[in-house]
Amino acid sequence: MSAMTENAAVSTASQKPLIARVNWVKLAPWLYTIALFAAWELLVIVLQTSPTVLPAPSRVFGAVAQYWSPIWKNSLQTLYTTTLGFAIAVVAGLALGILVGWSKAIYAGLYPLMVGFNAIPKVALVPILVIWYGIGTIPAVLTAFLISFFPIVVNVATGLATIEPETEDVLRALGAKKMDILLKVGIPRSMPYFFGSLKIAITLAFVGSVVSETVAANYGLGNMMSSAQSQFNVPLVFAGLLALAVEGIAMYALMAWIERRMTGWAHRSSMSH
Amino acid sequence: MSHLVSIDNVDMRYGGADGTLAVSGLSLKVGKGEFAAVVGPSGCGKSTLMKLVTGLHIPQSGAVVVAGKQVTQPVSIVGMAFQNPTMLPWRTTLDNILLPLEIVERHRHRLRAHRREYVEKAEHLLETVGLKGFGSKYPWQLSGGMQQRANLCRALIHEPELLMLDEPFGALDAFTREELWCVIRDLHAAQGVTIVLVTHDLREATFLADRIFVMSARPGKVLKEHVVPFARPRELDVMYEKGFNDMVHELHGEIASARVAA
Repeated sequence: MSAMTENAAVSTASQKPLIARVNWVKLAPWLYTIALFAAWELLVIVLQTSPTVLPAPSRVFGAVAQYWSPIWKNSLQTLYTTTLGFAIAVVAGLALGILVGWSKAIYAGLYPLMVGFNAIPKVALVPILVIWYGIGTIPAVLTAFLISFFPIVVNVATGLATIEPETEDVLRALGAKKMDILLKVGIPRSMPYFFGSLKIAITLAFVGSVVSETVAANYGLGNMMSSAQSQFNVPLVFAGLLALAVEGIAMYALMAWIERRMTGWAHRSSMSH
Repeated sequence: MSHLVSIDNVDMRYGGADGTLAVSGLSLKVGKGEFAAVVGPSGCGKSTLMKLVTGLHIPQSGAVVVAGKQVTQPVSIVGMAFQNPTMLPWRTTLDNILLPLEIVERHRHRLRAHRREYVEKAEHLLETVGLKGFGSKYPWQLSGGMQQRANLCRALIHEPELLMLDEPFGALDAFTREELWCVIRDLHAAQGVTIVLVTHDLREATFLADRIFVMSARPGKVLKEHVVPFARPRELDVMYEKGFNDMVHELHGEIASARVAA
């Protein structure tokens, strides 16, 4: 307590002490990450687990260095299949979302189909995709697309379905056609929902592509991890997980950045209704 | 005096043959340039009246005639403002006000070429309602009262002959409301626009209107029509005169008995 008051006194004087100059909020993600790895390392040392069960982070980073070339190549492959599948999902999801939001009849007709389709585990579709396209890139892209498509459709349709009736009345009384309302109000209004859904969709797209690569591919992180696992090279499996986490965080951050850039009005506002 | 709005023996039922009858045998006439107020117990079909006059609803029987034409589709000579200002948050206040011009047929093709002229008009309107220099702000940077002022500008930008107001000041505090009463009073005096104000606030109706229609409980029809005798221009002080209070009292009594009758 006395130390704190002393600190405060010093900081108001001239030079803040080091501890007060640190921006803890900015630093927190790094500190927590380091703490996680430290705890993990400690756990492995204390329990003396075998590297084939749970390798220490030091072993995993060692594997990253040792297998850098295959990890890098397979990461690029997974990033490629994921972003391609995601890109198709964005275009198709936006289009179908607008269609579903446009008409109540289309909504009523398609909604149960989409829910049913979304309920099917996508890993069950991979064998079918393999029959159609053979193993490799195409099933991975399509699985990423199929799994990340649904949240985009639902969010865009929600944004369109929740236009305030007063706004619609004001515009319709002026002679606005349905298309005018869609272009002037519906689509801009659903953009925060759309960009919000991209963060969910990109994460799911990784799930899809890695699942497909694990089951049916010759490249990609999923394939690399499954073959490492069959050789009991557990540190390499964990190195693959690490690579996936890094890619996932990077893409998520990119989507969050795009969201803030495109729909700042939805975040800065204390929208009153 | 020629009538801008004339509603004659109108029935409006929602949701098919055995749905709710919202208004029945509704008749009222509003003269050109007049300021009319419609008051009544809640659920008396005041909002239905709004939608009938603007052509958002077409009645099952009876006739709605606006500016000499029977209403069969939305009439773009009307401006509307609701209690909820419904400004679009991704547009600046100025762009929100210009929105009707992107819709109304006779303006939408001229807007791009004559933008400067329209922007000047919008800025003039902003100045009239006391929002000079706020055009570049986003609606969510404005207070509730300021948003409602901007909402009035949006309702007026396409120079409507008729302004329909549905409890536009309901959500505001007492002082802001009185300020906006004066704004609307001055707009009416300056622009010669016909105004129909739907409200629950009897003092508001008495202060602003030339004529007050009292509606019955559902199904709504006009029970009584009052001519407001106070000379214009009216100052807020008129609300403390005996005649004013007597009128508010009388209206209050009529609505109370309409509620009991329901």
